[in-house]
Amino acid sequence: MIGAILREAWKSMGANKLRTFLTMLGMVIGVGAVILMLAIGQGAQYVVKQAIASMGSNLFIVLSSFSTTSGVRSGTGQAPTLTINDARALLELNTVAEVAPMQPGSRQIVYGAANWNTQVYGVTPGYFTVREWAVVDGDPISETDVRNATRVAILGQTVLDRLFGDEPAVGKTIRLENIPFTVAGVLDRKGQSFDGRDQDDTVLIPLTTAQRKVFGSQFPNSVRMIMVQAVSESAMAQAEEDINRLLRERRRTPEGQEPDFTVRNLSAVADVQAQTTKVMSLLLGAVACVSLVVGGIGIMNIMLVSVTERTREIGIRMAIGARRRDILAQFLLEAIIVSVLGCVIGVALGVGGALLASRLTSIYTEVTAWSVLLSFAVATLIGVFFGFYPARKAAWLKPIEALRYQ
Amino acid sequence: MATSPDGVVVGIEHLYKQYETAAGPVPVLKDVNLEIRRGEFVAIMGPSGSGKSTFMNILGCLDTPTRGRYVLDGHDTSALGSDDLARLRNRFIGFVFQGFNLLPRASLLENVALPLIYAGTPRRERSERARELLERVGLSRHVEHHPSQISGGQQQRVAIARALANRPSLLLADEPTGNLDTATSHEIMGLFTRLNAEAGITVVLVTHEHDVARFAQREVTFVDGIVTHDGPVRAVDEIAR
Ligand SMILES: Nc1ncnc2c1ncn2[C@@H]1O[C@H](COP(=O)(O)OP(=O)(O)O)[C@@H](O)[C@H]1O
Ligand SMILES: [Mg+2]
Repeated sequence: MIGAILREAWKSMGANKLRTFLTMLGMVIGVGAVILMLAIGQGAQYVVKQAIASMGSNLFIVLSSFSTTSGVRSGTGQAPTLTINDARALLELNTVAEVAPMQPGSRQIVYGAANWNTQVYGVTPGYFTVREWAVVDGDPISETDVRNATRVAILGQTVLDRLFGDEPAVGKTIRLENIPFTVAGVLDRKGQSFDGRDQDDTVLIPLTTAQRKVFGSQFPNSVRMIMVQAVSESAMAQAEEDINRLLRERRRTPEGQEPDFTVRNLSAVADVQAQTTKVMSLLLGAVACVSLVVGGIGIMNIMLVSVTERTREIGIRMAIGARRRDILAQFLLEAIIVSVLGCVIGVALGVGGALLASRLTSIYTEVTAWSVLLSFAVATLIGVFFGFYPARKAAWLKPIEALRYQ
Repeated sequence: MATSPDGVVVGIEHLYKQYETAAGPVPVLKDVNLEIRRGEFVAIMGPSGSGKSTFMNILGCLDTPTRGRYVLDGHDTSALGSDDLARLRNRFIGFVFQGFNLLPRASLLENVALPLIYAGTPRRERSERARELLERVGLSRHVEHHPSQISGGQQQRVAIARALANRPSLLLADEPTGNLDTATSHEIMGLFTRLNAEAGITVVLVTHEHDVARFAQREVTFVDGIVTHDGPVRAVDEIAR
């Protein structure tokens, strides 16, 4: 019986192909939009999650700001105010697990005929721990390198690609500010940071080498920033307090006066970013759902027209013994078939669109199984919901009145 | 399938029907009493507007009377809901319309098999039975055709085949030859006569043509919703008297 009704429904849809197609189009666009939007949202969330994971955990960054005297910025404020000694002192805190004083700068790197402008960081061995960043080839920067200010460099994957291509790099000599450096190691791939930078576009050198030979600072012991890793997530609040107190003490900054450094909780910043992305993807999904509902209303519209047009057919069916539930089932099935078919095409288009978006733009997309399942469930529901009223209207016709309809 | 033991297929007592219109109720059938036995061939006659179609629709369970009793093959129809009426139409009645009323998008085979779908007959059996019926009305070579591809007379044959699908107790036809030329009309009437004579099917048929009515054994005449004659089929000159 269901088989027969299904065939009937299929046939009457086939009889009016253009109308069936137009009805389906609403669903196709709706479902396609849902799949694509969810894929974009999911992709964005994934990228942020990856970036956060690649950042390292329980991190603070201490930045030197301008030194101020009684609230007035003095000219000497351009001087970096954080030192290696600050970093050493911070490491003594109970709530701090590791520190990484850093001196960054943008420099041209040359290898043979190839050259590339990249971000150079002067770092200590602590950097690799704090960033949870492994050296996949060669060795990281050691305490000895820092002590002796050796000319060794660790390359990020992007720099490696640009300068060496497929050539092995470890042991080769590159030039930085015309100073030869030996490539000691290559960093693992990190990907994007959560603010969208390519983290692999970097070269690491010993901090002391950076200070004395590359950046040539007039303040030999100063650093631009110090990354601080707390011992645990629960110790974050205490650590932040400790860092602030210690650094103020070391500078003898009076109570109530703005210090010449800032402490930023990177995990908190990342959380905000993650939250924002989540809200954005929810919004995208919601907008797409509206188009699904519009598609559903389209189905109802066409079904109502179809019921009116086929009143006589309904009358004939009733005259030869169709019960209300048979007519109801027929029209309901038609609505469901249209919406589910529309959904199948919509899923295909949405997935295709997502792949295309990934391929052609920098947008990362991720189609999840649950978004496809959700679309199917919603499409069926919409079919039932918006198909029910027209189907009921058809089923409740009086046989004789339906037959008389011209 | 319950059948009345006394052989009465249609039992009608004090049947009234009025239509509710904007201008007020319009009485159409007034106190109709009628009994039709198994195997009868009844011609319903009367002038246009006398209530013949209204009466046939009630016989066919397509419409319900305002008052009165209609017992179809032992089933009192006045107490039945829409599903039960649908079942009666499906199992006990075959209705042939003036305008054929075939489904235009279905093949002849599918049209004939349609009542079997609603009876829950398995698919294989449906198509066997539909073929058999089409053969019986002389259309075995057209099973895959669509209604628009065959003539009016052939379409009416298909409609008759469809009406016979579930072996009904009662074959109803409201002016089945009204849209057909004289020669074709006679063919169709011949088919009804054969079904009645050879298969013993009870036939009730509306016509206003006397040369059509003479195929029947009994004539019931309506005038203004009242039965004015119930007896043997009369010749034209008899009525004037
Ligand atoms: N649905 C209806 N509503 C109102 N009046 C109707 C309706 N159907 C038929 N009538 C009226 O009932 C009377 C009988 O109609 P009908 O049974 O079709 O007559 P016949 O078939 O004998 O020509 C006519 O006067 C017609 O106008
Ligand atoms: Mg009539």
